[in-house]
Amino acid sequence: MPGRPDPNILVVIPAWNEAGAIAGTIAEVRAHQPDLDILVVDDGSGDATAEVARAAGAEVARLPYNLGVGGAMRTGYRYAMREDYDVVVQIDADGQHDPSYLPQLLAGLDDSDVVIGARFAGEGDYAARGPRRWAMRMLAAVLSRLSGTRLTDVTSGFRVANRKAVRVFADHYPAEYLGDTVESLVIALRVGCTVSQQPVHMRPRTIGTASQSPLRAATYLVRAVVALALALVRRWPAATETLGQEK
Amino acid sequence: MSPVLTLGVVGAAATLAVLFEMLRRQRLREKYALIWVVVAVATVLLVVFPGLLSTAADVLGVQVPANLLFFAASMLLLLLSIQFSYEIGRLEDRTRTLAEEIALLTLRLDQQEAGDDARGADEATEGGDVGDGATRRGPQP
Repeated sequence: MPGRPDPNILVVIPAWNEAGAIAGTIAEVRAHQPDLDILVVDDGSGDATAEVARAAGAEVARLPYNLGVGGAMRTGYRYAMREDYDVVVQIDADGQHDPSYLPQLLAGLDDSDVVIGARFAGEGDYAARGPRRWAMRMLAAVLSRLSGTRLTDVTSGFRVANRKAVRVFADHYPAEYLGDTVESLVIALRVGCTVSQQPVHMRPRTIGTASQSPLRAATYLVRAVVALALALVRRWPAATETLGQEK
Repeated sequence: MSPVLTLGVVGAAATLAVLFEMLRRQRLREKYALIWVVVAVATVLLVVFPGLLSTAADVLGVQVPANLLFFAASMLLLLLSIQFSYEIGRLEDRTRTLAEEIALLTLRLDQQEAGDDARGADEATEGGDVGDGATRRGPQP
């Protein structure tokens, strides 16, 4: 960002049983952006994720039990707010997100509050099929309309957020199904944040595989429709007791 | 006493006794006990004055009074289940927030201890600090 002092950037990596991949992910972020602070949120892992991450030089916040990506990320956003970071980068622990795209994503913050690293945007060759593809299409179409720009991959967990969005996410980052991706975007849009995307290539996961059976894909479609519909009609801001705690 | 009467009164009395004992041992909060007390008292009333049920069934146009009873009872249970789902959701939200706060507090503690340790190393060994540091450095959760 030319003409301005370097923003204070925090990389948040939600990790659940990722002891095998987390060190590589941290090292890769460091290799591309040596001066970023890294916070790994250990989401109640049963393995050595926290120890490995600490040894790799990241700060580690350990959740006492598994909350899902939403809980891990809200922890990260709260930390960022308290420690007064300007920008939060969210990146998966499993190595599917390539940190070499970070400069493009960060540059996108010049004209929007949340920038998504998106597949299907010209870069890379990922292709989903069947119900999963329809679900992704449907989610992308609705959120594109809502945001006023073309969004192709709204379930991507690779994103950056500026102060305005961090403030929203520190209070509201749903822990429910698809809440960490789709609903959080809907919330951001509904409070007036702007969302855009940058094309990225995602790698196959280094450890583990994505669920691709037809039944699972169909379930995914149904749950996506329900989650999106709820996100759209939900009264907002929700009357949560944690609201307004961070001032 | 007719068998029906006995059954109803015994059931209601048992319910009230259990509620009272749970309240006495502080295993039940008043707000949750209230509804069951109301149910138990209503049961006694219906048993002692069966006319109440028949009259209500007549007024509402229900031909078999027992059906009115079943309907009312199932509606009550349904509403209570919804109420409990709501309470569970609220508790989950609260425990989630607590879990997140604990993670952040533990992290802050770790950072402070790391800072203390670094400073301690710089100042070589200062006898007075050791006991303090050792008590604070508890086992990791």
